[in-house]
Amino acid sequence: MEGRPVAVIECPEEIPCNPCETACPQGAIQIGNPITRRPRLDAARCTGCGLCVAACPGLAIFLVKEEADTAEVTFPYEFLPLPQVGDVVTAVGREGQPLGAARVVAVRQVRTSDGTWLVTLAVPRALSSEVRGMRRL
Amino acid sequence: MRVEEHPILGPLPKTETVWIEVDGKKIPARAGEPIAAALLAAGIRVFRTTHRRGEPRGPFCAVGRCTDCVMTVDGVPNVRTCVTPVREGMKIETQRGLGRWPELK
Amino acid sequence: MAGAEVTEVAVVGGGPAGLSAALAARQAGAKVIVVDENAAPGGQLRKQIHKFFGSKEHHAGRRGFRIAEELVAACREQGVELWTDTLAYGIFDHTLGIVRGGTASTLAARSIVLATGASENALAFPGCTLPGVMGAGAAQTFINLHRVLPGRRALIVGAGNVGLIITYQLLQAGAEVLGVVEAAPRIGGYAVHAAKIRRAGVPIYTRHTVLNAAGHGELEEVTIAALDENGWPIAGSERTFAIDLLCLAVGLTPLTELAWQAGCLFEYCGPLGGHVPLHSEDMETTVPGLFVAGDMAGVEEASTALEEGRLAGLAAAAYAGYRSPNLEEEKAAARERLQALRSGPFGEGRYLAHEEIVRRWLKWRDAR
Ligand SMILES: Cc1cc2nc3c(=O)[nH]c(=O)nc-3n(C[C@H](O)[C@H](O)[C@H](O)COP(=O)(O)OP(=O)(O)OC[C@H]3O[C@@H](n4cnc5c(N)ncnc54)[C@H](O)[C@@H]3O)c2cc1C
Ligand code: SF4
Ligand code: SF4
Ligand code: FES
Repeated sequence: MEGRPVAVIECPEEIPCNPCETACPQGAIQIGNPITRRPRLDAARCTGCGLCVAACPGLAIFLVKEEADTAEVTFPYEFLPLPQVGDVVTAVGREGQPLGAARVVAVRQVRTSDGTWLVTLAVPRALSSEVRGMRRL
Repeated sequence: MRVEEHPILGPLPKTETVWIEVDGKKIPARAGEPIAAALLAAGIRVFRTTHRRGEPRGPFCAVGRCTDCVMTVDGVPNVRTCVTPVREGMKIETQRGLGRWPELK
Repeated sequence: MAGAEVTEVAVVGGGPAGLSAALAARQAGAKVIVVDENAAPGGQLRKQIHKFFGSKEHHAGRRGFRIAEELVAACREQGVELWTDTLAYGIFDHTLGIVRGGTASTLAARSIVLATGASENALAFPGCTLPGVMGAGAAQTFINLHRVLPGRRALIVGAGNVGLIITYQLLQAGAEVLGVVEAAPRIGGYAVHAAKIRRAGVPIYTRHTVLNAAGHGELEEVTIAALDENGWPIAGSERTFAIDLLCLAVGLTPLTELAWQAGCLFEYCGPLGGHVPLHSEDMETTVPGLFVAGDMAGVEEASTALEEGRLAGLAAAAYAGYRSPNLEEEKAAARERLQALRSGPFGEGRYLAHEEIVRRWLKWRDAR
């Protein structure tokens, strides 16, 4: 999926939850019945709108946009202070381990946010499947 | 310590300040909050000492069930401070043991 | 004693289970009063600032305190009476002994729903009584309801959902969390909750326990150690943290005093958190006209509490003479949703446990 952001769902267990499915206006996420089934993404339908990212109670959905050698990773963020566009922050991986400096390219909220910010970092493409957050400021 | 700014709950809502007295020292409280919250916000963590061994105790459950937070309030001992709201001028004392009941007149 | 009050359905506890029961009973036509000891109704939901699991019927994806607001608004709109600052201290036949705003009185009802929730378990170790050691729910109450941080540097005991959530909420309130200590070899809570705090850099020490807490007059440090296969601390693995807050998240126990007092039959049930009252599929206990719902009938989640509340409310209204026109369909739908919520590896144990409780109830009924 080069050039456009697509959702990446990291929800590995069968838990009773489906707001991601309900939030997606494109019908790109399917859970069905029973509610404990794992979400499945139809990446072709995903427009990268981020509604599911902000709706997910598990904060388990990210957006990844890959270009030739750079990438943008978007993650939900619920801490203060908020980063500002242009700030250089420390990108972190799934274990909170630092993965290097990264520039903040977007900080926004969407309809499903209710306080949850979507922060987008520009990272080297090689790190697009590693970076999943930033160190708190 | 007060949580002044919160990413989900927003800035601390403005409320009236009520002054209470703890072991003779005046501390501010937010109107309507339980005594225990005001004390913790002021950095007070020891609320009472136990009857036999004089060990310190502070809030444990915060919902009125464990009685670890009881203090003497306006002369009445064993008041659960985690579920008793502050009032202007309230006099609160660290409770030693079972505390002393006011003289019955 | 102030004047006695009478209603058709009385509900004890204004958490998700109680409010849902009240709504269902009210919609069936009964006059309903909910009593709750707190200054505002909502139960646990009032202190939950994270978004909830479940589906649309369970307000999923909404933050706990917002769900409480929505339920309370729906109750008010439907004409459910909500009595706050009202403690039910006893149950005598179909009459509750209550203390409302400091004044004792009674509330009699044709049917009663007990939805009193659960209380936090404690854990014993040297130093566990030091000020600064508290329940995870207590810390949550201080931070999210009263906006006070009870400590700046914390350690959490228990990697179930409650422990993982309180860790995240402490970070949100500006505290530092040095780790989560869990005796079991694996994390008990949901992987997605654990992932949130891992990304935030908080280590989870599985197969570890608290050896002791120490401090002069209040908590200053805690020592933890790794456990061997038999659960014994491994010498040399000790590690000491300078902290001022230790939160215990080691499980919840159903709050069942009123049901005991009413004479309900009980069964011990580990997966449900302790002794729970036998109940039917409709959540009726072995005392006719007395119903139970939510954590007090077995510790689960807000979503299941809402469904159990619906069942109990419908049945309590029917007992009081108000049969909802679509009673059977509504009950069947709620049961189906409950069963779906209890599917999967996390829910299965609770599903089987509830089945067993209902089986015992049926056995009791047939023996009568
Ligand atoms: C830290 C934490 C995180 C959680 N996170 C989630 C989550 O993400 N998703 C989820 O689905 N669930 C979650 N839960 C669980 C959920 O909050 C509970 O399962 C749910 O609140 C149970 O509802 P309830 O109505 O049975 O009890 P409660 O919400 O506990 O309500 C019971 C009410 O009754 C009152 N009461 C008790 N006894 C009396 C009496 N004698 N007289 C008057 N009033 C009385 C209590 O004060 C309380 O207000 C969490 C729980 C905790 C502690
Ligand atoms: S990003 Fe938008 S379109 Fe893509 S799955 Fe999520 S909600 Fe659907
Ligand atoms: S909303 Fe999030 S936690 Fe829930 S099923 Fe979807 S991805 Fe998993
Ligand atoms: S802290 Fe338990 S009763 Fe107050």
